[in-house]
Amino acid sequence: MNYFELFSFLPEYDLDTALLAERYRDLQRAVHPDKFANASEQDKRIAVQRAAQVNDGYNTLKHPILRAEHILSLKGFDLSHESTTVKDTQFLMQQMEWRESLEDITDSDAPEEHIEQLHHSFSDYTAQIKSQMSKLIDSDSEQDLLNVADMIRKLKFMAKLQDELARAEDALF
Amino acid sequence: MALLQIAEPGQSAAPHQHRLAVGIDLGTTNSLVAAVRSGVADTLPNENAVHAIPSVVRYSEQLVQVGVDAEHFSAQDPLNTIVSVKRFMGRSLTDIQAKEQSLPYHFSASENGLPLFNTAGGQVNPIQVSAEILKPLVERAEKTLGGSLEGVVITVPAYFDDAQRQGTKDAAGLLGIKVLRLLNEPTAAAIAYGLDSGQEGIIAIYDLGGGTFDISILRLNKGVFEVMATGGDSALGGDDFDHVLAEYLQSAWHLSDLTAQEQRALLIESRRVKEALTDDTAVTASLVLTNGQTFECSVDKDKFDEIITPLVKKTMASCRRALRDAGIAADEVLETVMVGGSTRVPLVRDSVAKLFGRTPLTSIDPDRVVAIGAAIQADILVGNKPESDLLLLDVIPLSLGIETMGGLIEKVVSRNTTIPVARAQEFTTFKDGQTAMAFHVVQGERELVSDCRSLARFTLKGIPPMAAGAAHIRVTFQVDADGLLSVTAMEKSSGVQATIQVKPSFGLTDQEIGTMLKDSMANAKEDIERRMLAEQQVEAARVLESLSAALGKDSELLSQKEAALIEQGMAHLAQTAAQNDVSAIEKAIEALDEASQSFAAKRMDNSIRLAFKGQSVDNI
Repeated sequence: MNYFELFSFLPEYDLDTALLAERYRDLQRAVHPDKFANASEQDKRIAVQRAAQVNDGYNTLKHPILRAEHILSLKGFDLSHESTTVKDTQFLMQQMEWRESLEDITDSDAPEEHIEQLHHSFSDYTAQIKSQMSKLIDSDSEQDLLNVADMIRKLKFMAKLQDELARAEDALF
Repeated sequence: MALLQIAEPGQSAAPHQHRLAVGIDLGTTNSLVAAVRSGVADTLPNENAVHAIPSVVRYSEQLVQVGVDAEHFSAQDPLNTIVSVKRFMGRSLTDIQAKEQSLPYHFSASENGLPLFNTAGGQVNPIQVSAEILKPLVERAEKTLGGSLEGVVITVPAYFDDAQRQGTKDAAGLLGIKVLRLLNEPTAAAIAYGLDSGQEGIIAIYDLGGGTFDISILRLNKGVFEVMATGGDSALGGDDFDHVLAEYLQSAWHLSDLTAQEQRALLIESRRVKEALTDDTAVTASLVLTNGQTFECSVDKDKFDEIITPLVKKTMASCRRALRDAGIAADEVLETVMVGGSTRVPLVRDSVAKLFGRTPLTSIDPDRVVAIGAAIQADILVGNKPESDLLLLDVIPLSLGIETMGGLIEKVVSRNTTIPVARAQEFTTFKDGQTAMAFHVVQGERELVSDCRSLARFTLKGIPPMAAGAAHIRVTFQVDADGLLSVTAMEKSSGVQATIQVKPSFGLTDQEIGTMLKDSMANAKEDIERRMLAEQQVEAARVLESLSAALGKDSELLSQKEAALIEQGMAHLAQTAAQNDVSAIEKAIEALDEASQSFAAKRMDNSIRLAFKGQSVDNI
């Protein structure tokens, strides 16, 4: 399913998220099962299916990584079930370093500062990849798109790191 | 009817007809019913001007008593007087016995491991007990409003899992009541406040009831309530304050081996002390044992705060987690709403005020705010306010997953995903020539199956023999707006399919439902048949009404041939529904469903296209 079409957007990476949220609400007002509380079982069934699609579409378009992945899949590159991994050794070294640093939080003298610092490094790096990606993703050249696929994989790595950082922060309470 | 709700202004042709619907707060300690009358939502009192009924049911040999009548016996006849039944809903007996100590009941386990209370009035399960609580509320509503109800909205803790939600719906089903929606309690509270005061922004709902704690972070925007995150504990509430205070008193008085009756008396005294400490700084607790011995002790506010602090802290940790799940900081929360009688405890109010940095809202009675919100939603769902913009977008409170090798869980739908949702996951066979595959569906956040809630087990059979790993089995989870799950599994290359109506592992068997239905009626057989007939006739009327409205509005989506087929099916259904053959009506509905399926889908897609009508063309 082309979620850009469902939400009446052009299939581009840059997207007006406020307008997206507005269209999401308009769509849900049209298809949400609550609007069919008194209708026949058949109408209810279809409403549940459509509302689920609208939710999935909103979720996909809202999150930059998922949105990028969706654009690639519309262009014929499906990353959702792949097992290919990042081969950039420099990136992988950096990942290992950060991972070790995450493990050191519990023994750190100033864990909050340590977390703050990592948080900054992660967001800076992520922002950097995202800005590179946004320049290439609307291209039609295969090489550009393969590069974008690689960036998406890296962003997924970063998202995992950020999750782990949040968990380490929880453990402090 | 539904079509009237989505019709453009001025297009709805049918005359406005007021339909009766109510909101029910089926609480752990107390239950309430509310309705919108002359545009105002309020709880409905009984003839003595009392609004709430205690959620207590007593089964004696002669009769079933509910509410105050039953509560009188809670100390005297604890074995047959069931209190806080909501805590047992959708849970297994082993589960309950592991978590709750010192329960005065005699339990047996049903075939599926459900708890059965052995009472003087016979064996009953939590669903039947809940139905008994609903019954007088429905009767009160029908008497007050002067007609039979078209449907009800029942509130549940946002944290309720699939089995607990299903159980609640089944309780209404036993009484033959149509559930328009299971509504999360915090969302109901937000409706009550949001519509009254026109709030826009992020709202936190802190709901500490008798037996459950919920925290919900909602975003309110242009009539849409969007749940950003929920959290909580389905086994923590004001009752626990009573329990820890009772334990404190028991050890202060060096009492061991209390009888069930004395224990209940101690709990009742603890609750009285807790409530008195809302306004007083010190209260004297006292207890008279069966042998006449009397104990007394003064409890001051500081001591009480100290005793309950660990419990209050647990709720604060849940709040922080929900904020994080929502991706917002505490100071971004515009308002906090207090729900549940236990939010009257000063330490609770102070802690919430401190965490969110603002005084919580308490202008609507925290005991009634949920029922009031449910009534507003019921009034809209039943179709009395077609112009309403209110839309609830709820999330699933607990992750859903499938057991994989080694007792691990593969998450399919994660916590806080907006519902309705449909998600698919692919699995494959691990042995050559494998023709069947068993699935175990679980709900929870932990990584091991043994730490999660078992929801259902099913087997996909008839997979054509292939090499290990060659079969592609696609399992689709669908969660509806009530948070209820259905699962389908399909082998992709052969198209072998299994649709599983998820029967909770700790739910009822079909036979149990049948027996319960019989038990709930005086003249079993004819009544059941009459009711099934009535239900089918109502559904037939619903199908005909919504199809004729649809034909009136969207007939241009159909070819002449398609339209003729549908009209033929409608005529047949109308004719069949006028007679008394239940299965013939069922078949006629099915046939018409089939004939109108593509029309229904086209109409839905058409309304999607119309959703953006009126927006600037530049944007589209």
